[in-house]
Amino acid sequence: MRKREIISMILAGGHGTRLGILTKHLAKPAVTFGGKYRIIDFVLSNCINSDIDTVGVLTQYEPLKLNQHIGIGIPWDLDRKTGGVTILPPYIKEGQGAWYSGTANAIYQNIKFIEEYNPEYVLILSGDHIYKMDYSKMLEYHKQKEADATIAVLEVPIEEAHHFGIMNTNEEDRIVEFEEKPREPRSNLASMGIYIFNWNKLKQVLIEDNEYHPDSDFGKHIIPRMIHNEDRLFAYRFNSYWKDVGTIESYWQANMELIETLPSFNLYEEFWKFYTNLDHQPPQYVGEVADVKRSILSEGSEVYGNVYSSVLGSGVIIEEGATVRDSIIMAGTIVQSGSVLNRCIVSENCFIGKNVIIGEGENIANFEKPDIYHTGITVVGDQTTVPDNVWIGKNCVVYGNTKFSDYNNGRLESGQSLILEGEES
Amino acid sequence: MKALGIILAGGSSETLSDYPNKSIAALPVGGSYRTIDFTMSNMTNSGVNKVAVITQYSSRSLLDHLSSAKWWDLGRKQGGLFVFTPYITNDNPFGYRGTADAMYRNISFLKRSNEPFVIIASGKHVYKIDFNDVLEYHQQKQADITIIYKEANYEKPSNYGVMVLDENKRLIEFEEKPLEPQTNIISLGIYVIPRTLLIKLLEDVVAENRYDFVNDVIIRYRKKLKIYGYPFEGYWRCIRSIQSFFDINMDFLNKDVRDLFCKQYPYIATKVMDEPPAKFNISSSTKNCIVGGGSILNGYVENAVLFRKVFTGSYSFIKNAIIMDGSYIGNNCYLEYVVLDKEVVVSDGRKLVGSKKNPIFLEKGSVI
Repeated sequence: MRKREIISMILAGGHGTRLGILTKHLAKPAVTFGGKYRIIDFVLSNCINSDIDTVGVLTQYEPLKLNQHIGIGIPWDLDRKTGGVTILPPYIKEGQGAWYSGTANAIYQNIKFIEEYNPEYVLILSGDHIYKMDYSKMLEYHKQKEADATIAVLEVPIEEAHHFGIMNTNEEDRIVEFEEKPREPRSNLASMGIYIFNWNKLKQVLIEDNEYHPDSDFGKHIIPRMIHNEDRLFAYRFNSYWKDVGTIESYWQANMELIETLPSFNLYEEFWKFYTNLDHQPPQYVGEVADVKRSILSEGSEVYGNVYSSVLGSGVIIEEGATVRDSIIMAGTIVQSGSVLNRCIVSENCFIGKNVIIGEGENIANFEKPDIYHTGITVVGDQTTVPDNVWIGKNCVVYGNTKFSDYNNGRLESGQSLILEGEES
Repeated sequence: MKALGIILAGGSSETLSDYPNKSIAALPVGGSYRTIDFTMSNMTNSGVNKVAVITQYSSRSLLDHLSSAKWWDLGRKQGGLFVFTPYITNDNPFGYRGTADAMYRNISFLKRSNEPFVIIASGKHVYKIDFNDVLEYHQQKQADITIIYKEANYEKPSNYGVMVLDENKRLIEFEEKPLEPQTNIISLGIYVIPRTLLIKLLEDVVAENRYDFVNDVIIRYRKKLKIYGYPFEGYWRCIRSIQSFFDINMDFLNKDVRDLFCKQYPYIATKVMDEPPAKFNISSSTKNCIVGGGSILNGYVENAVLFRKVFTGSYSFIKNAIIMDGSYIGNNCYLEYVVLDKEVVVSDGRKLVGSKKNPIFLEKGSVI
């Protein structure tokens, strides 16, 4: 019988609604990060770097890009005869179809997949997070504590603790209580959504909980049930960089941290590489009159203009006379001459024409979605065309094959949205 | 596919003339690639699914580069990548004694195949070609052997095989590195030949203790066989020395060359190195440069090709330089017309100035 000590299950079906237009056509784990990567690359790389060679990726929302990206797992060395990476979309069972209705429900629906590998332990991960973690150390801790479940926790400032799932622990770091977003937190140990379970125990709890909660969730149901059952749950303290880039602002911020001279998240470590899927690796080029400072450039990007404090994805072209500042420009996008981009996020394969201005004017929150776009960042969705001579303000959203006539005298004032549906090219 | 490929990548003529320990096929080109990537990619992009690389001198770095076939889509059950190094038997204690011998010693590879044609190429050329066009031409001419040629412009014909062709492009004369070339038509050392004919010719010449494909097959059989020339007009360069290595890398600063190899489909494939993006810190200034992934720049760089994981310190000045993977240049250095091999360390404050005709070369791992 096939046997793996530990296998990992990555929850990658999230929509990431607070990322607005960035997740219009793809799941949050497939959003690019740090120029050449997609968010899921970090957990996939952590898995293989921690010697975990059997990984299930649970997809649901807009899985196409994610499926293409992961393929058979070649970039992560997860193309294996046994194990490797398996994409696990929801499927129809006898008599009924079922979407994944909760994080634990998604695992419940894949019990058979896990049983194939007959593992001692199952590592549950989220495909949404950016961090570097050696799961084998966490597993060691799990064994040493003789735990039924171990939950990785981050010490957060107590005044921010009410945003997180908080673990209240005893002096041995055994979890005695779990509170989801408590109003008055009694501890600052926030769950990172990384769990190791003894598989036999988890399987039993999943089956049990399914009777009561058809939308079973780890934070809401499974962990409280296990605490109630007096199972041995321990907190594993993690003290390094970890980011859930859940909002436009935090996504932008986390990208910008990478251009610091000594970034808090180090991509340049030789023995903990992050892997991604690129179809080819042409070099970066910086032109004769170009000026590039405080920026990172990915494979095949070419800069003939000015790029300051920005993150460029692969194959991006910034033409002569264009200036990009404090921005994220994703793979395959072209910015033509004379354009000036400030504090914006331009998604993959966009075309920004000549003499376009983006990100100037007053900081007025977006009228339609003020909760998503309000920190001054203008976002351009994927495959979007912005025609020559257009002026776009702050907190704007632009999407689709836009023409000059779609703008009001060539202007999109701060806080306005221009989203052309059904014109995807 | 109708053809299989053989890449001759490790004869003594496949090392740098001025640094005979360096195998040309494994030399880095254009910030991301190794020389052999161009020929490998030409083959796979033309639908050749079975490729043999034959190598013997200084092959360690080449074998490292070819350690996985998957980057060229050659990790296959049908066909795939074969790497042949010489092995010694009781009745044959030699390495490969020439290009014909190298192929003859692997003749079972040819005999066990069923592709009607063989494309023989070299691992030291930088170019892009669709071999399907050559195969079509070969069949149209009903040729026995087709040799790809170009008209020498900047090349010195006396460094190449010089061909005389009739008006139908049939080969009349062939002279290897003649002192007084009759024409400016030079052989690129790339051939198409039917597999069964190649097997027969190799068996015949080796039986007479002849081992060189050019001298003992092409020149000897030039009249007996129908040998035709196929004109190639695009960018083609051959690496021979540090000077030509320097010039070819510098060519990649030219947009047309970069576009040809890096932007126009089909792409040149290479081993994936998974370096993070290149980083340009606040004190850096970069003009007309290729910068490979994982590099971190703090100084001034102009007209240079920097490969992967290069570090330049603050207040360093680098101009007209080729710097290979993993080299480290400290603070306040001054480098002009230099070629740094891999993992060279230039200590703070060093000054190295070569000339256009004679760039300074520092070997792998040097610390100065």
